Amino acid sequence: MEIFGIPLQAFLGQLLLGLVNGAFYAMLSLGLAVIFGLLGVVNFAHGALYMLGAFAAWIMLNKFGINYWGALLLAPLTVGLLGVVIERLFLKHLYKLDPLYGLLLTFGLALIFEGIFRELYGASGQNYDVPELLSGATNLGFMVLPNYRAWVVLVSLLVCLGTWYLIERTRLGAYLRAGTENAALVQAFGVNVPLMVMLTYGAGAALAALAGVLAAPIIQVNPLMGSNLIIVVFAVVVIGGMGSIMGSILTGLGLGVVEGLTRVFYPEASSIVVFVIMVIVLMFRPAGLFGKEA
Amino acid sequence: MKLKTLVAALAIGFGAGAFAQNTGPVRIGFITDMSSLYADIDGPAGGEMIKWAAQDFGGKVLNRPIEVLTADHQNKADVASSKAREWMDKEGLSVLIGGTNSGTSLAMSKVSTEKKRPFIAIGAGSARLTNEDCSPYTVHYAYDTVSLAKVAGTALVKAGNKSWYFLTADYAFGYSLESDAANVVKANGGTVAGAARHPLNASDFSAFLLQAQSSKAQILGLANAGGDFTNAMKAAKEFGITKTMKVAGLLVFINDVHSLGLANTEGLQLADSWYWNQDDASRKFAKRFFEKYKRMPSSLQAADYSAAANYLKAVQTAGTTDSDKVMGTLKSMKFDDFYSKGQIRADGRMIHDMYLFEVKSSKDSSTPWDYYKTIAKIPGEQAFTTVAESKCALLKK
Repeated sequence: MEIFGIPLQAFLGQLLLGLVNGAFYAMLSLGLAVIFGLLGVVNFAHGALYMLGAFAAWIMLNKFGINYWGALLLAPLTVGLLGVVIERLFLKHLYKLDPLYGLLLTFGLALIFEGIFRELYGASGQNYDVPELLSGATNLGFMVLPNYRAWVVLVSLLVCLGTWYLIERTRLGAYLRAGTENAALVQAFGVNVPLMVMLTYGAGAALAALAGVLAAPIIQVNPLMGSNLIIVVFAVVVIGGMGSIMGSILTGLGLGVVEGLTRVFYPEASSIVVFVIMVIVLMFRPAGLFGKEA
Repeated sequence: MKLKTLVAALAIGFGAGAFAQNTGPVRIGFITDMSSLYADIDGPAGGEMIKWAAQDFGGKVLNRPIEVLTADHQNKADVASSKAREWMDKEGLSVLIGGTNSGTSLAMSKVSTEKKRPFIAIGAGSARLTNEDCSPYTVHYAYDTVSLAKVAGTALVKAGNKSWYFLTADYAFGYSLESDAANVVKANGGTVAGAARHPLNASDFSAFLLQAQSSKAQILGLANAGGDFTNAMKAAKEFGITKTMKVAGLLVFINDVHSLGLANTEGLQLADSWYWNQDDASRKFAKRFFEKYKRMPSSLQAADYSAAANYLKAVQTAGTTDSDKVMGTLKSMKFDDFYSKGQIRADGRMIHDMYLFEVKSSKDSSTPWDYYKTIAKIPGEQAFTTVAESKCALLKK
């Protein structure tokens, strides 16, 4: 059986691989969306935080003997803490200014982090092995899926849905959303808004780091790994609608699949298909697919 | 008034340029990727090797001090060519050495031809430098895409690996590596089952690998480099491609093998011009490098040293830094140092032995960085473009 001239097996295989990539897009764009939604900061350091997460896992394994499972918890915590420091030291002074300042600041931070790690670890990258428990592959009939990739999709979906639930369905989430609408009023009700904002940035950073830890066994841990990915992730956020949580999750997964299928039909276009979609979406729905019109 | 100042400034500039050619310091320029994906295989350490060559020469040639200038081209051809132009016009540069990235080297070769200054390309792979785009002032010193394809391709096809599938980086370098390798495969009676093109700096290779696997070819030829190579290799292992296909890396440096680890690269066959553990003289050089950088030198870093040292010898012999005389001397010299034995042909191609290596398994590797065993040593005449194959007019005289 064939679909558009492609054997069904190959088609299903590419669909699944697209979903794996989409899981990364979703998790990264989710963090960006949360930070933008609640802080109004276009966080260009997100790719660098993702890279830091992967490096944290590598350093923990090679210098401290902490294995993958430990790193899965500790790396996001460490990078989240760094996020808190960044928010306290730099970002909090910029909330009253044009969003452009936050963008430039975080872009600068990203360049600094990348530079430091390139100086320390070189440009060729470091190898991080797939954890024992998840190594090997499962034959699905139409393709051989490495177990680790299945694990990535599972974790990413859980994390994304958990974050969405936290923000859209819980009391804490309600405070967060209210804080973005009218911080002064929420403060008057006795909620510590600056603390909340600080923790939000920390959580966004931790999400990026978690994606980094998940990516470490798949690709080389490399100082430039974040900047290779971040532009696509921004396009995902723009397509989904800035600040829309569910929007960025669905768009991330969807675009991963679209990109995967493009690799089958016209591989040369696979690196730009996301941007072509972005242009089309911006022409017809400037606020993004799931964004609210201002 | 303003015009006068400008004219005066220009006059001084031109004067200084012409002046610096024959007296004052002998300046060697080195432009490479200092900070991005190719920085480990060449980069700042490559620049340091040229400085070492100058120091070991005594710091002076023809009683003039030797100065080494270095710059980062950021993988942009226009940055490389404008820096080259600036150095040649204002610093009276005697020779330019080009690092990684073929696009930048092709651009620098044009500038140096226009300015009539020797240009020694080392890190760049494109065989165009001494073929379609050859120049009387360009030397291609270390390796090129043709030699990589001939060395790795011939050996593998002769060993019975007849059918190939290519995974190719979607830009000039990838295309020429793929087509050079495909020609070699076909010339030796093999077949090409297909090719997938991936964008430069792609982070995900799984989709392309799945296509490669369904081609049922025996060999997966990776016509890419650096981070693309390491990520493709890693994914090939993860998806079990290495169980059904043999992987051939068409441009692999020892830094790539080191960063992937032997577990991911064991059995990989690759072509290179030099390996640190090939003989005593190489080991001596490598030891000195290791003491400073805590890693072993790549073939490019060894070639950087060798090329600079041989250029200085040529200047000494010619008794001048005059471009035409030095180029004449360079092409008449027989090189013999730790890097290689060889000679520069009229088209600028340095003809020397090339090697086919195989990556050892971790149990065969006895010391750190003990990664390769030599499978074959291919004489330069067989490894590089032959005079009959070449389109370079300089060879047809």
